[in-house]
Amino acid sequence: MKALDRKLFRDLWHLRGQVLAIAAVIMGGVATMVMSLSTYDSLVSTRDRFYSEYRLADVFASLKRAPEPVAERLAEIPGVERLETRVKAGVKLEVAGFSDPITGQILSLPDVGEAQLNRLYFKRGRTVQPWSTDEVVLSDTFADAHHLQPGDTLAAIIHGKRKTLTVVGVAVSPEYVYQIAPGAMFPDFKRYGVLWMGRNALATAYDMKGAFNQVSLTLARDANEQDVIDRVDAILADSGGTGAYGRKDQFSNRFLSEELKQLRTMATVFPAIFLGVAAFLLNVVLSRLIALQREQIAILKAFGYSYAAIGAHYVKMVLLMVLLGVAAGVALGTWFGQGLSHVYSETTFRFPYLDYRLQPGTVLIALAVSALAAVSGTLVSVMRAVRLPPAEGMRPEMPTRYRTSLVERLGLQRWLAAPSRMILRHIGRRPLKSLLTVLGIACACGLMMVGNYQKGAIDFMVDVQFRQASREDLALAFIDPTSGRALHELAALPGVDFVEGYRDVPAILRFGQYRHRAALFGIQPEGRLHRSLDSRLKPVAVPPGGVVLTDYLANDILHVKPGDMLTVEVLEGSRPVRQVPVLGITRQYLGVSAYMQKESVNALMREGNTVTGAYLAVEPGSEAELYARLHDRPRVLGMVANKTAVQSFYATIGEFILFYNLVATVLAGAIGFGVVYNSARIALSERGRELASLRVLGFTRGEIAYILLGELALLTLAAIPVGFLVGVGLVGILVVAFQSELYRLPLILTPENYAMGASVVIVSALLSGLLLWQRLGRLDLVAVLKTRE
Amino acid sequence: MMARMPEASPNAVFVARGLTKVYRMGEVEVQALRGIDLTLYRGELVVLLGPSGSGKSTLLNILGGLDAPSGGEVYYLDHKLTGASEIELTRFRREHVGFVFQFYNLIPSLTARENVAAVTEIAESPMRPEEALGLVGLGNRLDHFPAQLSGGEQQRVAIARAVAKNPAVLLCDEPTGALDSATGVVVLEVLEKVNRELGTLTVLITHNAGIADMADRVIRLSDGRIADIHENAVKKPACELAW
Repeated sequence: MKALDRKLFRDLWHLRGQVLAIAAVIMGGVATMVMSLSTYDSLVSTRDRFYSEYRLADVFASLKRAPEPVAERLAEIPGVERLETRVKAGVKLEVAGFSDPITGQILSLPDVGEAQLNRLYFKRGRTVQPWSTDEVVLSDTFADAHHLQPGDTLAAIIHGKRKTLTVVGVAVSPEYVYQIAPGAMFPDFKRYGVLWMGRNALATAYDMKGAFNQVSLTLARDANEQDVIDRVDAILADSGGTGAYGRKDQFSNRFLSEELKQLRTMATVFPAIFLGVAAFLLNVVLSRLIALQREQIAILKAFGYSYAAIGAHYVKMVLLMVLLGVAAGVALGTWFGQGLSHVYSETTFRFPYLDYRLQPGTVLIALAVSALAAVSGTLVSVMRAVRLPPAEGMRPEMPTRYRTSLVERLGLQRWLAAPSRMILRHIGRRPLKSLLTVLGIACACGLMMVGNYQKGAIDFMVDVQFRQASREDLALAFIDPTSGRALHELAALPGVDFVEGYRDVPAILRFGQYRHRAALFGIQPEGRLHRSLDSRLKPVAVPPGGVVLTDYLANDILHVKPGDMLTVEVLEGSRPVRQVPVLGITRQYLGVSAYMQKESVNALMREGNTVTGAYLAVEPGSEAELYARLHDRPRVLGMVANKTAVQSFYATIGEFILFYNLVATVLAGAIGFGVVYNSARIALSERGRELASLRVLGFTRGEIAYILLGELALLTLAAIPVGFLVGVGLVGILVVAFQSELYRLPLILTPENYAMGASVVIVSALLSGLLLWQRLGRLDLVAVLKTRE
Repeated sequence: MMARMPEASPNAVFVARGLTKVYRMGEVEVQALRGIDLTLYRGELVVLLGPSGSGKSTLLNILGGLDAPSGGEVYYLDHKLTGASEIELTRFRREHVGFVFQFYNLIPSLTARENVAAVTEIAESPMRPEEALGLVGLGNRLDHFPAQLSGGEQQRVAIARAVAKNPAVLLCDEPTGALDSATGVVVLEVLEKVNRELGTLTVLITHNAGIADMADRVIRLSDGRIADIHENAVKKPACELAW
């Protein structure tokens, strides 16, 4: 080993505390990136493999009813590769020992042979026996939520008739990776389930013998999806088709795509913020560290080492630190990534397996960004040091020029003893360096705020959604469009305080080249339960004759503004196409909706007072009895109770948020401590001689600690408000980046967020102060008098 | 720290008996002091002379409470320095000792006046910083920062800082080591003046034999032992020194 390399390792060992702190900063940035990107890559790869191995269809269509021979006409459409018809039935379910309403869907499995499309992956048990009458396969989410095993039974109300079913298998389907009840905001595995039954048994129960109401197909390689969809719609128009749609509009896949898009954003924005801040800190810290090596650089030059050799020496030194940090970051990020992938697949997506993968590219990017930041910070300092003639570099540095600080020039100096003046002048002498230190600490504070921001934001979203907008206790859906008179019957049920009807129709909304498939919601214009909110979150009435759109739907999806005419293609009944003016924008954080007055939707559909469902306010305590009565009403299909929906939401995402907060806290904490500790250590190196001189002159350890730690404290305190600004800015970036159809995060920061941000800085400063206090006790008073700087 | 001094000469300030100092430099032991017996008196100007490695700095550091001997005892008046705690030694330096260093060790962020004030603020009965700076001939450079002063001026500020608290002893380690001879003479004149006017026991380390002529006593160290103690019958004024 060459002497210079030996020096390298000795220096690193000598600086080990700082090396570790710098590595911690890099680790924080890299781990975030590796965690997010590997999770994203894993989920995408898992999805693609699952879709192809279990043959998810390319096009789906639902209809009222068509005789089986229609399928042959569909199969003849050019571009169709494989086609399969099914029976699909909306049902109510009963599980022993669980009294809340459960809704579900039963899909048919062929009695002969295996399913051609949308195949099931069996986790337990087996598929249904051919021609069996009471065997079902359960989706794993539902089975797990109720601890149902093969051999257990449950009851289903299919088409008004109660039927006891025996579970024979538990399975996962590519069609239901993301399971959420139609109309619900969040997944609720306890109250919504997907089941599969033999075709014959289901058709018999659902009155679909020799017919089908669901078709799915795959496309030949060169087929045009839109052509096929148009032809399918044409054939199914007479059979009550509600419009064929491709994978991108398929319910589970659409949510999955949106979630993955979010994750992709997270995998870009979070690491960019973390790694960016880490890179900045690295640059600042290293350039100061190298500046301290001035004399050594001069000696190396005096020996005759070339600029390049000296530069390479220090580059090697920082690259070793970077390598250490990246290695730790990749290890930690992989570990977190596996955890996060599992949290995802436990709480949100159901995949039968998980292909965890870490792309080499991810590691390379992390390495490149960290190395670039580190090396550039290093080279600037090395260049500055190398430019000095060796003799000058070896001479004690001229005492640096100081001036009186602003506070003193204002005439306040008599309040300040010499140590306080030293603090102020030291900060004032290198304002840029002090500013960078403040910024560095502020970034750590900001990162902590970003890491902890989600919880408060979600609480706020839920509050707006369920206390301001959807204030009903229970939302229920009828099997078919129903006369408004049904509302009176509901209102008369015991326990029901108040009823509001709604009429929703599936529709495609078009404006220019933009389209969106959604439900058009007809609600009471000045509803007490279901309300639309303006930009200040105040309830506003929906005006007659036009449509009010969620801000995100209007601005980002359809690109319309109030006054524009929207084309509404209704996908129900006679499938009218109408021009409807946009009358307003409503603020909504969760999902996107199009609202009209109920009467306007009725007019659009050329129908009388018709509803498809109702919002109910329920007397507390009377829920169980009301559920039982509603359960017995054959026309009532789905029920979503808001309270349980919120609970299940928190249960679902609680684990996710907990995990994420923990990770963010650990990483932001590591970065925060790394910065504060390094700033403090460098300050000690820069001023060790001065402080030791004072010790010799009779100053106590406490008195010199005041000079050193006073400066740290002052900079830390200054950094906290700056950190709050940085935090708000970073959260702002996050809010903009995270906008999606599923949800928009509000720019809400709670006092806890600020407290967390401040505390990471304060705790790091206290800890660093403690470590420094110990070092001050070990100052070598004799040596410092003998050596120059 | 209170103790009886072994030899109760009324004018003794420091009494050292059998001082030894062994440094461990990794695997090697270095004998810096090998048994020093020494008494220093009030008002003296003592020059400690010796080549580098002779132990003079070690001796000075032990007298100044910066270092502890490996063996033997040191008394300052009626205080026993050997075995004193770090806190006691800090108080000893703070109250009784003034230091002047080869590289001045001024605080760069404080002006001349404030460098002196930094010490007088923590002393019991100091002179005013202006007075101390006047004593070293810098009454007109009170508000200059170290960066604005020449080397000789910086060293004079350091002397003012050392004497401003009215210490009983002034310990100077190669005070002219970093200065050219003309400037060095100016600094020595200041030390001479302080010693004369304030009667402060002044111990001055040098390896420059030419300086020895200004001392009351010259103590020559060699290889960790006192080789020779010599009293100057006639002190040469500093202004007549040259090297």
